[in-house]
Amino acid sequence: MTGYFVAILTFVSLAVLLGFALNIQWGQAGMINFGLAGFYGVGAYTAAILSKQGVDGVSATVAAIVTTAAISALVSLATIKLREDYLAITTLAFSESVRLVLMNETWLTGGTNGIRDIPRPFVDLVGGERYELFFLAACIVLVAAVYFLLDSVIRSPFGRALRAVREDDVVAATLGKDVLALRVKAFAIGGAVIGLAGALHAFYFTYIDPGEFAGFVTVYAFMSVIVGGKGSNRGLVMGACTVMILLEGTRFLKDFVPFFTAQQAASLRLIMIGTGLILVLIFRPSGLSSEYRLSSPKTADTTS
Amino acid sequence: MSSSNYSQADRFAFRTTPVPESFPARPNRSAETTAQPPLLQVEGLRKVYGGLEAVAGVDLSLPFGRITGLIGPNGAGKTTLLNVISNVERPTAGRVLLQGEDISALPQYRLAERGMVRTFQISRELGQLTVLENLLLARPRQTGEKLIGVFGRAGRVRREEEAGIEAARAVLLKVNLWRLADAPAAALSGGQKKLLELSRALMLSPRLVLLDEPAAGVAPAMEQVLIDTIRGLATEGVDFLIVEHDLDVVASLCSHVFVMAGGRILTQGTFAQISGDSRVVEAYLGLKA
Repeated sequence: MTGYFVAILTFVSLAVLLGFALNIQWGQAGMINFGLAGFYGVGAYTAAILSKQGVDGVSATVAAIVTTAAISALVSLATIKLREDYLAITTLAFSESVRLVLMNETWLTGGTNGIRDIPRPFVDLVGGERYELFFLAACIVLVAAVYFLLDSVIRSPFGRALRAVREDDVVAATLGKDVLALRVKAFAIGGAVIGLAGALHAFYFTYIDPGEFAGFVTVYAFMSVIVGGKGSNRGLVMGACTVMILLEGTRFLKDFVPFFTAQQAASLRLIMIGTGLILVLIFRPSGLSSEYRLSSPKTADTTS
Repeated sequence: MSSSNYSQADRFAFRTTPVPESFPARPNRSAETTAQPPLLQVEGLRKVYGGLEAVAGVDLSLPFGRITGLIGPNGAGKTTLLNVISNVERPTAGRVLLQGEDISALPQYRLAERGMVRTFQISRELGQLTVLENLLLARPRQTGEKLIGVFGRAGRVRREEEAGIEAARAVLLKVNLWRLADAPAAALSGGQKKLLELSRALMLSPRLVLLDEPAAGVAPAMEQVLIDTIRGLATEGVDFLIVEHDLDVVASLCSHVFVMAGGRILTQGTFAQISGDSRVVEAYLGLKA
């Protein structure tokens, strides 16, 4: 059971990272990324392919981060001439293209067979049964580091400018903000975090195939952000946990309601996930936590 | 604090950020005849939407040191003209010169750093940002808006923010919005949003402010604050081009008025001159009689 807990917490860490990324892209900058799974795949495959070539784990992870960030910046640039809603369609198309490339470029990606036996970083140092625990600890440290980095970004004037672009890009431009540069940067920052999550995914499972980078990854990330509160990273950690508890907890459904067939239980599970999400939205429509807002230093003479 | 009576210190509070060196100093009245280009010059400007010519060849020139009015009946093309001048929309033909520099091809965000900023007819507050954040956002050249600044120069970012909050506080106190500093801008009333937009524009230390119906929806008591604020700023060297339907506001503020009708400048002059012009009465004032 401990092993199961460690696994769940590792999944939650990855979900939290994806949520963080979506929170800066969508929550802060208002850029819908329906292709998150595709970027996740880019990160995972970059790390996996390089590791298989003998590159050490840390370098492969850095490469995954840089590659995913660069591709994210390119994809966001492709929408310069398009209205912002089209970013949703562009990213969705990107995600599908990634999946098709992963399935068909067999020489590079192994096609539908995927890549197996991806070497795990530091496995010589922390071998054996304690590796899973070590990996979880590494994930939690990385989640914390990303949290603090993104938190400084969100609280900074840069984050404020992103939210301004989200609220009204024309106004942001009339106030002297370079809207395009801000959008590209926000998308690239999110991409970097997705790349990190992808690399961790590859190292954790040691096997990846194109099917793992399908739409459901994107949907879970959106669920985490919606439940946690769009724009709030603290809420997002709670949101990702809630979504994972719903996803994993409902797996045990068939143990408690034996009169259902496996198929019925599986369907019931999806119904329960949906109901849970709706209940959260009814009782906490803006999510579990709200967005960062600057509070002014109030002094005694300001009551006039 | 009395709203209509500015002390020198109050007036200075609007200018807590220094005017960038690229903005030339306000010329003396006697120097206006020299070769210096006008603050804003519009040449042969046209804007066509499908078959509709919203702006049909407009030439106008704003010398330094004026509050200029732009009036005309609904559909005259006033807002379109303002949109094209401020690069929110591209002109079909013609060009716009700001202090002699052709700005028609510049990206929109470059205009703010050249000292021109605008407000909108229907307030466009950044609703989920607080009133204070709306103002802080508008400060030019913020170190903290570059990622390298966020992580590399945290101390400087913090000092700039503190200075920004002080500057914003001075502006907000004047328009009686400081008590709402932490409220999301979406929660303000229509009139308050108008004041917020003007206050936000001032944070850029602009040379020229384009105001699209600043008095629309502003309560009479606040309207006087608005007029006094604009007048106070004008004495400090900020020029205004104001589109306004409230002719009392135009009469009390504007030293020069352009009248637009059917996408063209019908006539121009002082308010007394244009209000006595039969063509203006026919095109605009006549509609009211």
